[in-house]
Amino acid sequence: MAEITLEDIIKPENLVYTKTKLMTDKVLSYCPGCGHGTAHRITMEVIEELGLEEQTIGVAPVGCSVLAYEFMNIDMQQAAHGRAPAVATGIKRVWPKKIVFTYQGDGDLAAIGTNETIHACNRGENIVIIFINNGIYGMTGGQMAPTTLPGMKSSTSPFGRDVQTMGNPLKATELVAQLPGTYFVTRQSVHTPGNVRKTKKAIKKAFENQRDGKPGVSFVEIVSNCNSGWKMTPRDSNVWMEENMFPFYPLGDIKVDGQLL
Amino acid sequence: MSELKLMKGNEALAEAAIRAGADAYFGYPITPQSEVIEYLMAEKPFDRTGMVVLQAESEIAAINMVYGAAGAGKKVMTSSSSPGISLKQEGISYIAGAELPCLYANVVRGGPGLGTIQPSQADYFQSTKGGGHGDYRQIVLAPASVQEMADFVRDGFDLAFKYRIPVLILSDGVIGQMMEKVDLFDPIPRLTDDEINEKYPWATTGKKSGTERRIITSLDLDSHKMEEHNHKLQAKYKEITEKEVRYELIDCDDAEYIFVAYGSSARIAQKAVKLARAKGIKAGLFRLITLFPFPSVKMFEMCGKGIKGFLAVEMSAGQMVEDVRLAVKGCSKVEHYGRYGGIVHTPEEVLEALEQKIIGG
Ligand SMILES: Cc1ncc(C[n+]2csc(CCOP(=O)(O)OP(=O)(O)O)c2C)c(N)n1
Ligand code: SF4
Ligand SMILES: [Mg+2]
Repeated sequence: MAEITLEDIIKPENLVYTKTKLMTDKVLSYCPGCGHGTAHRITMEVIEELGLEEQTIGVAPVGCSVLAYEFMNIDMQQAAHGRAPAVATGIKRVWPKKIVFTYQGDGDLAAIGTNETIHACNRGENIVIIFINNGIYGMTGGQMAPTTLPGMKSSTSPFGRDVQTMGNPLKATELVAQLPGTYFVTRQSVHTPGNVRKTKKAIKKAFENQRDGKPGVSFVEIVSNCNSGWKMTPRDSNVWMEENMFPFYPLGDIKVDGQLL
Repeated sequence: MSELKLMKGNEALAEAAIRAGADAYFGYPITPQSEVIEYLMAEKPFDRTGMVVLQAESEIAAINMVYGAAGAGKKVMTSSSSPGISLKQEGISYIAGAELPCLYANVVRGGPGLGTIQPSQADYFQSTKGGGHGDYRQIVLAPASVQEMADFVRDGFDLAFKYRIPVLILSDGVIGQMMEKVDLFDPIPRLTDDEINEKYPWATTGKKSGTERRIITSLDLDSHKMEEHNHKLQAKYKEITEKEVRYELIDCDDAEYIFVAYGSSARIAQKAVKLARAKGIKAGLFRLITLFPFPSVKMFEMCGKGIKGFLAVEMSAGQMVEDVRLAVKGCSKVEHYGRYGGIVHTPEEVLEALEQKIIGG
């Protein structure tokens, strides 16, 4: 049998996948195995597929994704911790025809920025919110987040989260689904190819809603791993996520076309 | 068209925002400045000019809405009073760091804490030395009349865009609440979307193909780059200090004693000048219009010309007086006088302070 060389394989007709031009060539700063990178990629793929890149402004507040503007090849604003929904409101109100989205972590969205998040959702701002829930403060080194599970260890709950003294994990997504200002609310994950496809579909629906002027916020939670903060291998973190995070944060649509399911 | 009206200071500020061609106002109610958002809501500026007015859930949200809209190239403002301005400081620091243009007003009330709703000038340090974190400055304009409440909105926006910097109108409960005649300037049209794209190559309005994408940020994890960014900011502040100082000298030509004051204290001190002159005391008033930049050069220059002393008059326990001392570099006597915590001093009290602390002291 003739030997197959690399040149034989690298041919245009064999090309099955290319990186979206809406991701820069910059090497991601995320830990290997982290879900942030996949969530970035599919968000940018959706914007490219919908042809919205010339009208879109993204807002990334403080968290591991604070440097999202290094990777997302579109106009971006970096926001203070928790304030992205207010920043996005400001942009959308003065440029109502543009497409505006936020990309927020769980500490950002459900602790320091709860007020901004709930009120942007309650006003029915016509924006997309992408919410990366990894149950921890990744960026600052693995402290307890508002979403940290009962009993879960973190650097500020070293013996596990004691709900008696540290409070209960907050289901921000179920909370915002109750508000009349949200139009689409869903919870997804990006830890398997099948889930990546589902999440991409959800993100696409969210941006289509905004493009089509559907009234209110389209809110996509992505339950994600933080293998570094959880102190696990990427693989173990995904298994742990399935076994522990998903029962508490069940995947699926919560509100579609303004109707609670 | 320019128009003569009898208005409250807060209303004049609001009307001026519409006339200045502002694209948006984001605010949260607090006494003594709630008339600003009340006036705007009643006036329906969206119908008049397309200007957006939104009552935010907090001052924190309001200033971040300003950040977003300013970062997208629009002319935006907010206003509040002391406790609310404290909440905005995080946002102001980010706006300064990201070099965004915006205008905001503080109708100062007595503090600290919840304090009182009565007038005060105790937010001078916060306004001029940077109330938020980091090495930044902002231009501070101090109106002393309802007329200036209106005019400084137009001028403030011009300065904000000229230097891409936050501009603060530092008013107080007296100026905000009192009614006076005001000659409103002619309306300035809002910029069109195309004009914004053309004029502001830094604004995030969506990346056009073949152009560089735009990023609004105050972050750089590379400390060398952050130091460079800080150098750039400092150079801008230096230029502002050289070019944008504003003040007014009243009866200073032959004066031996100078009151230094701004805002409502300047009006009171102006009356004290009259009372002093009636008694044969050669007093004058150095009215500050910009608090940053501070007119240090002029003050030092005057110092060598027969001035026997400066009395800093302010409704605080002594804040602006520190800048007067720094300006005159010990070449003349400098004292402070002021009532505070919501009490407004009288011209008679001011004159008495001059006599006791400067002339007799
Ligand atoms: C006002 C303020 N407080 C605290 C911080 C420190 N800080 C940075 S990121 C972060 C937590 C981020 O966690 P999360 O939003 O869950 O994002 P992740 O890194 O997990 O993706 C904190 C507390 C900050 N930058 N600003
Ligand atoms: S710390 Fe956690 S969230 Fe941050 S990049 Fe690493 S794995 Fe991802
Ligand atoms: Mg997190």
